[in-house]
Amino acid sequence: MTADLWSQFDAAPLALTLRVAVFATALALVLGVALGWVFARTRLPGRGVLEAVCMLPLVLPPTVLGYGVLVLMGRRSALGGWLREHFDYTVIFNWHGAVIASALVALPLVLKGASSAFAQVDRHLEAASRTLRQSRWSTFVRVTLPLAWPGILAGTLLAFARAMGEFGASLMVAGSIPGQTQTASMAIYDAVQAGRDDLALMLALVISAVSVAILVLSNRYLQRSPS
Amino acid sequence: MKRLLLALSLALPLLASAQQLTVSAAASLTDAFKELAPKFEATKPGATLRFNFAASGVLLQQIAQGAPVDVFASADQETMNRGAEQKLIAADTRRDFAANSLVLITPVQGSPAIAALADLGKPDVKRIAVGKVASVPVGRYTQQALEGAQLWAGLQPKLVFADNVRQVLDYVSRGEAEAGFVYRTDAELLKDKVRIAMTVGNHAPVTYPAAVVADSRQAALARDFVAFLGGAEAQAVLAKYGFGKP
Repeated sequence: MTADLWSQFDAAPLALTLRVAVFATALALVLGVALGWVFARTRLPGRGVLEAVCMLPLVLPPTVLGYGVLVLMGRRSALGGWLREHFDYTVIFNWHGAVIASALVALPLVLKGASSAFAQVDRHLEAASRTLRQSRWSTFVRVTLPLAWPGILAGTLLAFARAMGEFGASLMVAGSIPGQTQTASMAIYDAVQAGRDDLALMLALVISAVSVAILVLSNRYLQRSPS
Repeated sequence: MKRLLLALSLALPLLASAQQLTVSAAASLTDAFKELAPKFEATKPGATLRFNFAASGVLLQQIAQGAPVDVFASADQETMNRGAEQKLIAADTRRDFAANSLVLITPVQGSPAIAALADLGKPDVKRIAVGKVASVPVGRYTQQALEGAQLWAGLQPKLVFADNVRQVLDYVSRGEAEAGFVYRTDAELLKDKVRIAMTVGNHAPVTYPAAVVADSRQAALARDFVAFLGGAEAQAVLAKYGFGKP
């Protein structure tokens, strides 16, 4: 029975889960570092409100995020309609939609890590770099970013873990299409609904094992890194 | 002590409503059953109805896992047969109370012209919403019809599988899918957003059986509800929503 189950095991949902999580984390990393720097270092008017809005995905139900993406990027929306008309492209029922949804839920984790890391960087070191005729950008890349990196990395790892487990918003935006948009969490949901408890259990075990492996690796890496 | 209080406060609602009847019903019955509830409660003073709407396969799965359900109303015979095989329902209480038909719908706004099932193969039909075959009856009726027309295998890359019939309706009404298969009664609810392209044949008759759940603690009241569904008052409400007689 176990051997039989392994033979019908489908790796596609797991592969897609990893693919979605990697792209979503990359997106969240770029946005999170940029916004984190803005929130930690600038006196932008309305900063507090903007930061609260960026942190919203942490507290909102995933269904609200899913609905939001549908409303903003669906076919009847301005953006969705334009993309469809000019590029015949849509994120709905497409795995790119799952990336957007996962990046949204992962963003607060990178953002929070990055903004507190930037806030703790010693400004004197940056000033010293500027006196050595380094440009602002060069100072950011060579001084600020390396000093803030452990905090950013910790947030990024959490973001990756969160993106891997994303379910509600992705399901609403990308749907559960086997082989195309069905991630591991959706495959488990389907298996439970269909009464395939054996399949659900196996997928749950596999994804748990993968997650533990990622967490162990990240812990080791964090301990080794000089922070 | 705090934990005990918490446990008690959670258990209280269960004790307080001894006459509460939990009905797990197919998603397509949502609106009709909500309208039926006060009429049934009026005939049974002290009794209150509690509904749980989802795809029939999902509901049966919940019952199999021990969910405290008294009446099960399915959108197909196959799911109810599975319940009977697993001895989850009292087979002698089973009774058909409604019928429906399968229709192909398209969004009212900007949908491609679809007059026959074969038109689903056209390139401008990119996504077709259908119920999940394993757990949603409307998905199985759809599969039967499309297999009969030799289209099921070829259309696979376009299919989007939904959790229940109302999700199919939602996908099409938002225009995210160019076509979808639902029951006529669902399509009638959103006439301003979806258009019925055709009535689909070539599938098992869509009939709704109801039965008392084997583990029901309100078996007598549950039997009354199943009988009520076949009565004139309930049939009038079901007919208003477009359901046929079984």
